[in-house]
Amino acid sequence: MPDTVINAEGLSKEYLIGHQAADRPGETLREALMKKSASFAQRIKDTLAGRPIVVGTTFEKISALCDVSFSVALGEVVGIIGRNGAGKSTLLKILSRITKPSAGRVTICGRVASLLEVGTGFHSELTGRENIYLNGAILGMTRADVRRRFDEIVAFAEVERFLDTPVKRYSTGMYMRLAFAVAAHLEPDILVVDEVLAVGDAMFQKKCLGKMEEAASQKGRTILFVSHQMATITSLCQRVILFDQGRVVFDGAAAAAVARYYGQDGSGLRLTSYYPAPRAARDEFATLLFGAIEDFDGNKIEAIDIRRSFRVRFSYRLNRSMSGRPFPFIEVYNSKGQCAFVSPGTFPLEAQEGAYESICVIPSNLLNSDAYSIDLTLNCEHAGSHSGFHHKSALSLVVADSVENATDGGARNGFTGLLAGVVRPALNWKTRRLS
Amino acid sequence: MRQDILIIEPASVANRFWRDLWDYRELFFVLAWRDVAIRYKQTAIGILWALLRPFVAMVIFTVIFGKLAGLPSTAGTPYALLVFAGLLPWNLFATSLADAGNSLIGNANLISKVYFPRLIVPAAAIVTSLVDFLVSLFILVGLMIWYQFTPGWQFLLLPVFIVMAALAAFGAGLYVSSMTVRYRDFRIVVPFALQFGMYLSPVGFNAGIVPEKWRLLFDLNPLVGIINGFRWSILRGPDPFDWPSALMSAAVISLTLWLGIRRFERDESILADVI
Repeated sequence: MPDTVINAEGLSKEYLIGHQAADRPGETLREALMKKSASFAQRIKDTLAGRPIVVGTTFEKISALCDVSFSVALGEVVGIIGRNGAGKSTLLKILSRITKPSAGRVTICGRVASLLEVGTGFHSELTGRENIYLNGAILGMTRADVRRRFDEIVAFAEVERFLDTPVKRYSTGMYMRLAFAVAAHLEPDILVVDEVLAVGDAMFQKKCLGKMEEAASQKGRTILFVSHQMATITSLCQRVILFDQGRVVFDGAAAAAVARYYGQDGSGLRLTSYYPAPRAARDEFATLLFGAIEDFDGNKIEAIDIRRSFRVRFSYRLNRSMSGRPFPFIEVYNSKGQCAFVSPGTFPLEAQEGAYESICVIPSNLLNSDAYSIDLTLNCEHAGSHSGFHHKSALSLVVADSVENATDGGARNGFTGLLAGVVRPALNWKTRRLS
Repeated sequence: MRQDILIIEPASVANRFWRDLWDYRELFFVLAWRDVAIRYKQTAIGILWALLRPFVAMVIFTVIFGKLAGLPSTAGTPYALLVFAGLLPWNLFATSLADAGNSLIGNANLISKVYFPRLIVPAAAIVTSLVDFLVSLFILVGLMIWYQFTPGWQFLLLPVFIVMAALAAFGAGLYVSSMTVRYRDFRIVVPFALQFGMYLSPVGFNAGIVPEKWRLLFDLNPLVGIINGFRWSILRGPDPFDWPSALMSAAVISLTLWLGIRRFERDESILADVI
């Protein structure tokens, strides 16, 4: 049983917010004055009672977190995902002691460093060198720590030449690099990171993620990591907690959590059959009957290891016989909406009225680690007119890649960093010594 | 692994308050250093401002109170020295209080993104004013040379009054900074109050000219005791040490400090939510 380093029980956080009724057109001066004086009286009452001022005509309690419980073991890397406003940032703020919960408690063993923003406390008038010390102190490093790692930080940020220039003269990229470099050299027991890696160019992002992976895998740090980039989440974290409207809705394997995340809105995740077919998936020529992503034993799957092959199977009915040849298609899109590939299928039969099934096998080591949605399409042709169904985002799937298996087959060849791209083919490499 | 167990709960954990302050002492020094470092960045004459402002104020006060109003100095001390011995603590108090009061909202970004004991923000603001104060001590030295005035043993007790002035500003500053976070009205009220306070304190005149029947009320202003103390230690007396105002001042400062810390301790946990 591994040691528990974070234990949250029944955490809740409520905020009181005010809503200002919109000014109606045609409001008389008297009405406007009445409204203003009412809110003025309210403010004075709040002030005298020592309550914070909340501006508005109506009030509402917003529950940012609602009875959240979880625990994190030593050395675990836990991803936290959810839509905007799901409570992720509030949770991080509570864990890093910036704000107090309204109810519940957290027990934390060890030193926590939180990175809710890159470059907190950077002062534009100060030079790069001065800001390194300042930011280091703010993030909880001692001066001795900073001095010891100073050269490393500077090298990581690639700003050697501008160390004694005020950071207000820095380009945005330099500023961000310097800011992240300080944070990357923190050495806490527990690191809490909000979506801060979405800065800088692709190269630098890769470097930052590499640094985090190193902290997690080699130094055994416990990391809590919020991100909207699912590819990052699945490659960095073994375990993911999914939040929705302040509650934990899923806590478990990364790939499954990501799959569920995409399934949150109605249009997203489709794993299984539907019958009768939705309106989009039928017309006078053809009707989609069933679709699924399966392994080779016929089990429906929502996530698959990147090194394994899987198949897309769908069945449909041709509502009449046709003169032209039908084409079944699958179109695969990644989480950013980029098309990974389109594959037209075969139909080596007469296009008679009746039910048919098409199976497309997707080889291993083709798609990169990400969440994908798959469109199912049937193009039909009869006497010069084209038709058929096109069901957008009919199925979804998470391709998961764990860096722990870097040496165990696949395209990584032992490399543990982040690999960009829509595809991740395992290619043939030859390297030889020249001199 | 170091076993450092932290429990986060809705109720404030009072016994951690002082321990955290100690743990974060290094950040206190860094923030104080930052405030000093940026104070005169991108100004043409830089730290000279810390000399120029009190000097001009001294000249104006000497002319208005000493020459035009013809107020008496104490036993043959030059009026300029009398004024400056009053301006020094007043400026220290006023800039400290104003800076400390605004310090929390000035560091709003820091407070909403990182945890540290919030108390060190107003405390660091006081240090910045202390640095300005130490610089303006050079004017005092210059004046003493100009008037060929040698200080006596009393001068050694000056640090006591400096600390009193800083603590007075700190106590009030804690209260004001915490209230400013809730009610920005304080940003307007404080400079206004300080403007008046200057005339309610014996900055441009000697406390001795205040009628005896008003003295007790007058002494409730902690600056009276502090300014009297400054004059006594800088001007070698010449009036005997004013115990009543000094003790009253010490009492009022203790009370403000207690109120300020209590207010701050209560508000600390909600600062990030309200700011």
